[in-house]
Amino acid sequence: MLTLDHVSKTYQIGSFGRGSLAAVRDVSFELQPGQVLSLIGESGSGKSTIGRMVLRLLRPTSGSITHDEGDIAQLHGHELKEYYRRVQGVFQDPFSSYNPIFKADRIFGMVHTEFFPHVSDDEWRDRLDNALESVSLNRDDVLHKYPHQLSGGQLQRLLVARALLLEIRYLVADEIISMLDASTRIDVLNLLADLKDRGLGVLFITHDLSLGNYISDTTLILRHGCVVEMGATEKVFGDPRHPYTQNLLASVPLLHEKWRREGVVGPSAATRPPEQAAEAPQLVRVEDDHLVAAD
Amino acid sequence: MALHVDDLRVYYRTLAGDVKALDGVTFDVADGEIMGLAGESGCGKSTLAKGLVRLDGRMRYVGGHVLLDGEELPIWDDEAMNRFRFREVSIVPQYAMSALNPIRKVGRMIHELLRARGVPANGIQQELERRLELVGLDRSVLGLYPIELSGGMKQRVVMVISTLLDPSLLIADEITSALDVSTQKAVAETLVEFRDRGFVKSMIVITHDIAVLYQVADTILVMYAGKLAEKAPADEIVSNPRHPYTRLLVSSLPEVGVRYTDKQLLGIPGRPPSLLEPPTGCRFRDRCPLATARCEQEPPWVERDGRGIACWEASAAPTAALPVAVESR
Repeated sequence: MLTLDHVSKTYQIGSFGRGSLAAVRDVSFELQPGQVLSLIGESGSGKSTIGRMVLRLLRPTSGSITHDEGDIAQLHGHELKEYYRRVQGVFQDPFSSYNPIFKADRIFGMVHTEFFPHVSDDEWRDRLDNALESVSLNRDDVLHKYPHQLSGGQLQRLLVARALLLEIRYLVADEIISMLDASTRIDVLNLLADLKDRGLGVLFITHDLSLGNYISDTTLILRHGCVVEMGATEKVFGDPRHPYTQNLLASVPLLHEKWRREGVVGPSAATRPPEQAAEAPQLVRVEDDHLVAAD
Repeated sequence: MALHVDDLRVYYRTLAGDVKALDGVTFDVADGEIMGLAGESGCGKSTLAKGLVRLDGRMRYVGGHVLLDGEELPIWDDEAMNRFRFREVSIVPQYAMSALNPIRKVGRMIHELLRARGVPANGIQQELERRLELVGLDRSVLGLYPIELSGGMKQRVVMVISTLLDPSLLIADEITSALDVSTQKAVAETLVEFRDRGFVKSMIVITHDIAVLYQVADTILVMYAGKLAEKAPADEIVSNPRHPYTRLLVSSLPEVGVRYTDKQLLGIPGRPPSLLEPPTGCRFRDRCPLATARCEQEPPWVERDGRGIACWEASAAPTAALPVAVESR
């Protein structure tokens, strides 16, 4: 289990770090294997910062992230490498995630020598075929090609396959389909759902409410680094209690229902970031598995 | 008829040969019409948008005509187009930041722009402020640098600038794609507002997001691999699409309320063909579940009942005879 306990992150900004920006404030949640948890928020809501802290690319300013009872901030050397065999990330831009002069098979070769030096070549080949098959790719189509010869959907699936080879338990998926075309994005989304059914825990980070709704079991809505509403996806989307969530849902373009026209207005003052780091609002339980910020 | 495009062809010059990004498109946009243009990346939609305003160095005009309010746009002649740009045809690019001069305050930049076009700035100042107010911006933005504005504010400033001279045609290229949902709604509604108030006569709104088009557009034109697939009223495209590509595209869109545990959506297998040497016949053939031998010949563009379509199967069969659901695998 991956647990975030009252995690906050403050960035130092401006010249010589005189200013500070509270990117994440007092966020707590748990992610189990076989669960998809969506972090949904607009830009600046801290959703990617949370993903990067889980991957230990950033350290929390306060609070702790634990994986199977161990605080990930304390991991070093061998333990850290073990952690990365359990938790991996895939990011938004597949084109910049690859070394452009490496063919795809070399990326997998690096995983082999780095993490599994004792696995024989034949067995590795079988494992690789399995991993590629589970992301619906054919080895002849992808392995001997350079990244620029592959489509965005293929590249994202290769990254997931690479993560699967490590026998991961948790995947941080940060906007992994926002750069893909409509005709292929649903395939990558279905792939995540399939992996979830096989026991993978997914932290699904997105700004697109319809994608989060499609795939996740649990949803967290973030605003300016604070959780405004969290709970089971059908409860958060079916019965949103916080005005911010309601407003977001009303702004989503639907296919069979037109927006209510309210005249042209700018974003309301409420959506601008607060000047100072105020206290994060308390979460109140409104029903089973459904928490809403009281503010 | 505000805009009439006839058999327009624009290719990209590359070392490997010509990429036929826009390979013979013909369509009309009526006065007061907001036409949405949808398609996957590489289908030619941005080439069409840029082609109507300015061909960059890599783009080559190959053939076809563009008539705006009955007058031919000389899109092959960069200098002759100056007379039309900004006054008659205007574009709002995808990244507003790249449309604003980063080292000029917004107000000064607008004045320089107007002077370069020979428009007296003092006559238009009042109208400029009125329109900024209309999109929810204070006149004080004129004294700010672009970096001081948020993404949505920049996008709205650019929209006001682009439409300041009441052009006949406005092209909005993916203007909502980089914005958050609530800002996206405000910017998209501004487009409709501008049309309703007559700031622009007609519009081409380009985005890969069909749900946004459904909200703002009157008609939607779907492109595939440099050619037209289908054009119909927005309601029809969403609720009763006929071209197999449109149908698969619309059925693959997740909506709020649809969950994969209830209903698994499917994508379209395969990839669009290379436009370096596009296949003959219907270009969607390889990915199309309805393809037959006839599709090796190019399907004609058939217009009937306010709907245009380029597909042998869909244009031949009456609606009832089409399979209800197109299975993609």
